[in-house]
Amino acid sequence: MHDIYSFVSGPLAWVAFIAFFAGIMYRLIDMIVQVIKKEPFIFTYMSLKYSLRSIIHWITPFGTLNWRRNPILTIVTFAFHISLILSPIFLLSHVTLWDEAWNISWWTLPDGVADIMALIVIAGSLFFLIRRLTQREVKFVTSTSDYVILAIVAAPFVTGFLAYHQFFGYPIFVILHILAGEIMLVAIPFTRLSHMIFSLFTRAYMGSEFGVIRKSKDY
Amino acid sequence: MAEPAKKQEQEVKMTDEGLEVGASRLTEDKIEKVINQVLKAETGARLKTYVDTCVHCGLCSEACHFYMSNDKDPKWSPVGKVKQTIWEMINKKGKVTPEFIKRASEIASTECNLCRRCLQFCPFGIDIAYLIATVRRICHKLGVTPRYIQDTAHSHSVTMNQMWVKGDEWPDTLQWQEEEARGEFPGLRIPLEKEGADVMYSVIAPEPKFQAQLIYQAAAIMNVAGVDWTMPADMGWDNSDMAMFTGDNEIMGRVKRAHFETAARLRVKRIVMGECGHAFRSVYDTGNRWLGWSRPAIPIVHAIDFYYELLRDNKIPIKEKFKDPVTLHDPCNVIRGGGLMEKSRFVANALCETVVEMHPNREYNYCCAAGGGVINCGPPYKLKRVKGNRVKAEQLMDARARGAKVIISPCHNCHSGLKDIKNYYDIHMDIKFFGDIIYKIMEKPE
Ligand code: SF4
Ligand code: SF4
Ligand code: SF4
Repeated sequence: MHDIYSFVSGPLAWVAFIAFFAGIMYRLIDMIVQVIKKEPFIFTYMSLKYSLRSIIHWITPFGTLNWRRNPILTIVTFAFHISLILSPIFLLSHVTLWDEAWNISWWTLPDGVADIMALIVIAGSLFFLIRRLTQREVKFVTSTSDYVILAIVAAPFVTGFLAYHQFFGYPIFVILHILAGEIMLVAIPFTRLSHMIFSLFTRAYMGSEFGVIRKSKDY
Repeated sequence: MAEPAKKQEQEVKMTDEGLEVGASRLTEDKIEKVINQVLKAETGARLKTYVDTCVHCGLCSEACHFYMSNDKDPKWSPVGKVKQTIWEMINKKGKVTPEFIKRASEIASTECNLCRRCLQFCPFGIDIAYLIATVRRICHKLGVTPRYIQDTAHSHSVTMNQMWVKGDEWPDTLQWQEEEARGEFPGLRIPLEKEGADVMYSVIAPEPKFQAQLIYQAAAIMNVAGVDWTMPADMGWDNSDMAMFTGDNEIMGRVKRAHFETAARLRVKRIVMGECGHAFRSVYDTGNRWLGWSRPAIPIVHAIDFYYELLRDNKIPIKEKFKDPVTLHDPCNVIRGGGLMEKSRFVANALCETVVEMHPNREYNYCCAAGGGVINCGPPYKLKRVKGNRVKAEQLMDARARGAKVIISPCHNCHSGLKDIKNYYDIHMDIKFFGDIIYKIMEKPE
């Protein structure tokens, strides 16, 4: 068991982090090279002001017409994404690992809060799952990969929650938790989870087109 | 709000030769080649990023009047239409059947107005209209385009106007309208080919063909306001563009070039265009880009903007304001696509005593379901189009319940589209252009 633990938390973690960062760099560079090669006109229309106008409205809860039209979804989406991003970064036991390995540390979340955040992510995943299964317009465009992606995102939080509370089989869940986290990291650049990076750019471009040319709101 | 009454019209399945014959000529090899050629050579990071980033959340659905009007049937949702067309083509690497292409062409050309409302609803700003336009482009290259709109593209190609208006018909029509108008406005001119005028006035081809009185009215307004204007006597007078909507970018480019070059030849300061939405999109946003100009080579002023200037500067003396309460339709292509919402309201308030707002309004207005070339696909799709815009009927009935008697719609397509909707759902309202109202209430010589 200990060997497996050392492996997933050692070399495999390296692989995952490298794949995550290199993957993101690759996807970004590829996108930018493609734009330069084939659609350089996009740069002509980019505007910092309108990019920010668009991004800021969309990352503000109820900041856009469509967020206001779907209050429950909006609350779930924001709670889900905020918890999803913040809790792994500021979790005490994660920061401790960084500290032990690299001697770097930063502010951490109280464990109780992190615990609630994990629950929020799990509940949010369930919400999205049910939405996919029951809302006709979502179901119609859902493919198997959408369920897989949802599972990839939920897994680190489910296993992490179980491991933290040490219900049963603690070492197994720690290992599964680390594995799940690594799978998610690797999946981000190469699946639709890449909306984490690309949404900024698509938003910026649409915001610019709407602001500069169409002189109307895209939010 | 009452449910709009529906006329019992039999749904007759009409065949569309453009699709049938076009598809019958296809082979799977050719389809695969063309799809991949368009995807490789004509698209890039934009298409890829849109397709990869879409999380299949369906949040764009309720933006679409087709989806809302068809009892939220998911195959009408924006992303649903993308799924049935371009996703399949990409996933199957172009290996799709002629039957599939026929259906894809029908979806792209007659079930989406490219109105861009869904762009405002997608959290990522994914440009569904661009994806659908790419499908039209592929279908165009495969020769599978609805027949009626293809005919207008042919007309553009041959005559540089949309309606097969022949060489001398055009100046004849202008002279005829000039003569008519001189009865009412002595000394009125429609100055042809006047080099160095401030303004070149351009229209869409249906005006000389069927609605010459609109040219009469425009001449009357120019005359009363003392504008230094001109109209070209030769090709280049038509600003409309159906080729843009069939995906025939090459013809779009030729048509737009002729229009800009005509303005350049006449050395005018700017181009003022009549009350048309799609033509504005073509000249202001799309055609110029195809020609390599990030912005129109010569400033483009839509009629709303022009009337706004004239009214703001008191250039049009008004006898008395228009009495009947009006409501304002915001055409997507000039409002969501050109930001003229407040100017449109300024003009409406300057001309009319009472303006009743529709809801939603301004850049969030629902499309008329005629635009994006859909009405130009002709009778086979008319019923689908009016049924597909029940929400517009509800919007109009609501405005009517709050007193509006007249719909002002500063867009030709919207006019025709709204007329079909009001007839089908029995909504008793008149539809007018701003120009109709200005002409009616301005001071005229005794
Ligand atoms: S009709 Fe308008 S809202 Fe509907 S899919 Fe097309 S662009 Fe989007
Ligand atoms: S286009 Fe946007 S709103 Fe529509 S399903 Fe995709 S991500 Fe969601
Ligand atoms: S016809 Fe009018 S409302 Fe409809 S797409 Fe054009 S501009 Fe939009």
